[in-house]
Amino acid sequence: MNREISQQSGFRRWFSKEGSAYAFLSGYALMFIVFIVVPVLVAFILSFTLFDTIQFPKFIGLKNYVSLLTQDDIFMKYVLPNTIQFAVIVGPGGYVLSFMLAWILAQLPKLPRTIMALILYSPSMSSGVAMSVVWLTIFSGDQNGYLNSLLLTSNIIQEPIQWLQSPQYLMTIMIFVTLWSSMGVGFLAMLAGILEINPELYEAASLDGINNRFQEIIYITIPSMKPQMLFGAVMAIVATFQAGAIGVTLSGGNPTPQYAGQLIVNHIEDYGFLRYEMGYAAAVSVLLLLMVLLFSRVANKLFSSND
Amino acid sequence: MKIFKRARHSGIHYNGVNPRGFHPSQIKFYFILLPLVAIMLLPILFIFSHAFKPPDELFAYPPRFFVINPTFKNFTDLFSKMSTSGVPVSRYLFNSIVITAVTIAASIVVSSTAAYALSKKRFKLKKALFAINTVALMFVPIAVTIPRFLIIERLGLIDTFWVHILPMLAMPVGLFLIKQFIDGIPDEVVEAARIDGASDLAVYWRIILPMIKPAIATIAILTFQATWNNADTSSLFINEESLKTFAFYLTTLTSTTAGANAVAGQGIAAAASLITFLPNLIIFIFLQGQVMSTMSHSGLK
Repeated sequence: MNREISQQSGFRRWFSKEGSAYAFLSGYALMFIVFIVVPVLVAFILSFTLFDTIQFPKFIGLKNYVSLLTQDDIFMKYVLPNTIQFAVIVGPGGYVLSFMLAWILAQLPKLPRTIMALILYSPSMSSGVAMSVVWLTIFSGDQNGYLNSLLLTSNIIQEPIQWLQSPQYLMTIMIFVTLWSSMGVGFLAMLAGILEINPELYEAASLDGINNRFQEIIYITIPSMKPQMLFGAVMAIVATFQAGAIGVTLSGGNPTPQYAGQLIVNHIEDYGFLRYEMGYAAAVSVLLLLMVLLFSRVANKLFSSND
Repeated sequence: MKIFKRARHSGIHYNGVNPRGFHPSQIKFYFILLPLVAIMLLPILFIFSHAFKPPDELFAYPPRFFVINPTFKNFTDLFSKMSTSGVPVSRYLFNSIVITAVTIAASIVVSSTAAYALSKKRFKLKKALFAINTVALMFVPIAVTIPRFLIIERLGLIDTFWVHILPMLAMPVGLFLIKQFIDGIPDEVVEAARIDGASDLAVYWRIILPMIKPAIATIAILTFQATWNNADTSSLFINEESLKTFAFYLTTLTSTTAGANAVAGQGIAAAASLITFLPNLIIFIFLQGQVMSTMSHSGLK
């Protein structure tokens, strides 16, 4: 009997011990590899090639990155500054707003809290698609647009403004719309986190001389819910970069008017699907993934639990 | 005042975090919140109001926010319409319903089995695999649209129902939330069942699943939102009109309204928007309690 067991091949021993774990994992792992790991690797590899989708990719080293950083005027003049402006306002801005709203909601009894949390969360479940009708109607460029009509009848402006076609307004509207829909999963996580904090912590703190709500937030609330703060931050970053299509949805075309609402995601689409320069588009994708990673590192530094 | 004091002694509190009732100190919070809530709510109210407007109100000048004579005309117009390529609108809706239902079911199975393994099974790569999934929380699908397209083309998934479903199953947030939730179940519960001779499948089916209903509800709702609102899959990977989704049909309506003729078809587009939005809201209202209890396990360490 003992000999039989020792004669079992290493694989069979491993399989009887760990096999079922991998069986449970297999479905998810397969999808994860095919639709996340492999695309990221392919993007990385393609970024070093010249690829027009017809001929086999040709290795050209770092050329795509070099021309992205030195020759792509549109990228340097519009896309990168736009993306940074958009990301910095919508990312941290939306995040701070989520936290503040979550904190205020936590100070209210359950019923009003639930109702208002539902209202604040509901924009995030409406996709950009479903809401584009609303924004297109409100910001419509003729006198029938709601904003124009409001400003015209109150004599603030004399002529209707082409909100979504004007380079000077498009970015502001994109930021407003994205902030409007930014109370998502991260917001709910932070609200849950604040509600979970043991009330005795606050009582202990008040004995230690912490006596106003602001000090409470800094010294008790945030440190006690760092994991939720980090989760919320990661969700905010992802949502910010994922929201890139909003400028195209609002203005009705890629490129956006005078590139005013052009974000890095639109640049990828522009090169990949309109010009079929897949290698170059892949280099831009890699850059975008690196930006997300960088932002997340910063969030990690701020809210890491092991310090 | 005396009441509040006594309440405090009996453990019921009226101010501070999660109060039990109203207290004058809360007024300032309502004062800050209510205007913001109103701003958030207005576009949502608008979509409701706009969808029921008759033509003369849709195009009235000056435009009115609220509907005066509500009508179902926009909805009947919507469903009596064919898309430009001859597919009835109900077909898009049918596709969306089937795709969403199948995706939710598959997503629950795939994520919860994987989460069970990552939380309660012992194997060497456990920590590493969970760490990889945690990094993937930062994954931005829109960044790799092109490689995804190439892969989906190679796999022969273009113009199939599968392309709507399979990519949605790789949802790092879903796995993460369920795994964290299962971590909350003591290991002893699982071990006791194993000693009683329960197989892995029995532990998963009879012990884990019934205990993680809130997490299941949460991933169902996240999958619903990702799938039901998804227009990109239809526009990128589907050429066959009869396989496209309702969300995609909605984009074709709004892209025409964005053009030269900004008002034509607005009523139909508003009705379609409401149909797209409403199920999100209804499902969330029913499941919000479960979602909140899942979210309290959501911390990222």
